[in-house]
Amino acid sequence: MDNMMITLPLLILFLPLVSFIILIFFGKKLPRQGDWVAVGSIVATFFFALYLFIQMILEYDPGVSHGASFSWIDLEAFKIDLGILVDNLTVIMLLIVTLVSSCTHIFSLKYMEGDIRYSRYFAYLGLFTFSMNGIVLADNLISMYMSWELVGVSSYLLIGHWFEKDSAADASKKAFLTNRVGDIGFFIGIMLLYTAVGSFAFDPIFDSIAGGDTITGLTLTLAGLGIFMGAVGKSSQFPLHIWLPDAMEGPTPVSALMHAATMVAAGVYMSVRLFPIFTPDALLIIAYTGGITAILAALIAITQNDIKKVLAYSTVSQLGYMILAVGTGVYTAAFFHLLTHAMFKANLFYCSGSVIHSMHHALHKVHDEKTDPQDMRNMGGFKEKMPVTYWSMLISTLAIAGVPLFSGFLSKDAILAGTLAFAQHHPEHFLLPLFGFGAAAITAFYMFRLIFMTFHGKPSMKDIFKDIHESPKEMTGPIVLLGTLSFFIFYTLPYFNPISDHGWFTDLVVPQTSAVPGSMTANEIAEHAHHAHYLAMGLSIAVATIGILLAFLMYVKNVISPKKLSDRFGFLYDWSLNKFYFDENYNRFLYQPFLKLSETVSWLDWDFYDKYFINGFGRITNLLSKLSGKFDYDGIDQGLVDGLGRISGVAGENLRKIQTGRLQNYLLYVVAGILVIIIIQAF
Amino acid sequence: MHSLDSYLFISSMLFCLGVFGVMTRRNAIAVLMGVELILNAANINFVAFSKFNGMNLDGHIFGLFVIVLAAAEAAVALAIIINIYNNLNSINVDDAAELRQ
Repeated sequence: MDNMMITLPLLILFLPLVSFIILIFFGKKLPRQGDWVAVGSIVATFFFALYLFIQMILEYDPGVSHGASFSWIDLEAFKIDLGILVDNLTVIMLLIVTLVSSCTHIFSLKYMEGDIRYSRYFAYLGLFTFSMNGIVLADNLISMYMSWELVGVSSYLLIGHWFEKDSAADASKKAFLTNRVGDIGFFIGIMLLYTAVGSFAFDPIFDSIAGGDTITGLTLTLAGLGIFMGAVGKSSQFPLHIWLPDAMEGPTPVSALMHAATMVAAGVYMSVRLFPIFTPDALLIIAYTGGITAILAALIAITQNDIKKVLAYSTVSQLGYMILAVGTGVYTAAFFHLLTHAMFKANLFYCSGSVIHSMHHALHKVHDEKTDPQDMRNMGGFKEKMPVTYWSMLISTLAIAGVPLFSGFLSKDAILAGTLAFAQHHPEHFLLPLFGFGAAAITAFYMFRLIFMTFHGKPSMKDIFKDIHESPKEMTGPIVLLGTLSFFIFYTLPYFNPISDHGWFTDLVVPQTSAVPGSMTANEIAEHAHHAHYLAMGLSIAVATIGILLAFLMYVKNVISPKKLSDRFGFLYDWSLNKFYFDENYNRFLYQPFLKLSETVSWLDWDFYDKYFINGFGRITNLLSKLSGKFDYDGIDQGLVDGLGRISGVAGENLRKIQTGRLQNYLLYVVAGILVIIIIQAF
Repeated sequence: MHSLDSYLFISSMLFCLGVFGVMTRRNAIAVLMGVELILNAANINFVAFSKFNGMNLDGHIFGLFVIVLAAAEAAVALAIIINIYNNLNSINVDDAAELRQ
């Protein structure tokens, strides 16, 4: 049994890598470009994960934890152990990743049909799944960081899948570079912890912090914030949220898998996993980051017309929720929201993919290349044409809006209760629940705006409306599956109470008290949240109703004209439509000055240093070489070496005259020689 | 009896005549005869030193060897001269200067 808990996760980890290697090298030669390799391996990992999950449910023990590690580098003073850690958190996360990944693979079979880089697309999906599983299974900061970067690379590759489009190429670069900013912080955090504790593994770090003698106070806060910066980048939090909406340039299934359900959740997962290291100060900053992100992204989402952009900003907003929950201490609620959000948000993306796919085909039929297939203003009335997509999307929308009976309600409620409880005990932080409830109302509003604009009302483009059709089975399959998983019942079993999050999840994932000495205990936090529960529930139902009602009045009944409102609040509308000018301001205050700095440095380097210093050296060397060359050629070669040759030449020229060929001459020389010798001997 | 000096005097005279002949004669046969004179000057020395220094018959035996070798040498030299004559139609040693530079 114990063995199984290690082997299966390892299989889950490495099968997608095998699929990646096979596809990247032999993908084009395989029948069907090898998509069956990718789908087969990922579905297998899903069943392994499902088996682990069932085992976990059967055991029903919150304290389960298995681990295995090996020594990767051992230099006496410097030691790195790599290993995997399997507990309930890991198993749930593995199930999410493999489930959404499987759905994405199956969905992509039709969505990406006929794509020029079909096999490479599936290869990259495999690479992504491998690295995501790597983050989930890591038991130390080093392997987490490695997988973290690998996830960044696969995100870069997949956003830029259609790199012929400039916007896609730019978006992939933007995503990668923005993530780098966060990753630098992550790395600094890791190093701070390592220098203090001397280990990369989680458990020694937690123990050491709990001991309170290696790393405390400001250093620990800074280390926690550094690590949290990684999450800010990866989970697209304010102020690094700018990359995620652009990342929608990638194929829609990729958006569903990475930029909605799993990869962006990695930051939340990491914060949850490392929750014990955050000091109260760090947590406060984390909470505000999450809160601001939640409300800001929701405000932007109101005015977006691109169906994927709305979903992108809603993802940013929901991730803000999760981070807010981590910050206020109810981090299991954050993970619970991660779980429910992964299901309904992936489904929303699949549904939008299905709509875009259909629009694309319809536009293609009438040879309309100019109309944007993602713009909601070109849709409307798709309800009858695409019933499966409509109903599934409606269910997921109800879930994200926080309507009772659906999954989102449970998790959102848990977060809002935690936030409210936090504010009740720290009244100076009243803004946090305000952010939370505000974002909840706005979320309900813009999500129903999306539904009404896409599926209700009259079709805005009549010439393509007749060609709109339901998507094929490969696409509706995942939609139905994930849509079903948006109901509350899957998360509250074995109980049936639709308004309480009490269920297998809360039984199996029990919050631990932070390792930082002096923190509130997990019990206290839970107690406070429990008291705030009913108030939070009432408020969240109320704000969700307000949001939905407003959307209904504006986009179905047309009682309130959206146009008049936007005219009235012109500058607010512009702010939201232009995403609060984040990109423009970053460009003006960060990128341009930086480019100027780079230009100055490049001038210094090229025009000054290179031209005068380096080239000067070159010129001096050149001169010296010429001198030494002259000495060598004219002096040594011409004088000494050639002189010796010339001397031999002249000598030979003269001596050859002795060689007369007359025998008697030679004899004369011999006799003369002998005479000379005799005379010398005589003296 | 005569003294050693008179023998040596005769042999050195003979040697000088031989060298002179070898160096001045153009005729190859004459040159060969000069060489014979030089060899015989040496023979006289062998025998004279043998006689006056009490060395039994060592010098005489050497003299006999030299005579035998001189005969062999004469045979080879004459063969060479005939070949030169066949090729150059002359036995003048100055004509046989093909190897001059």
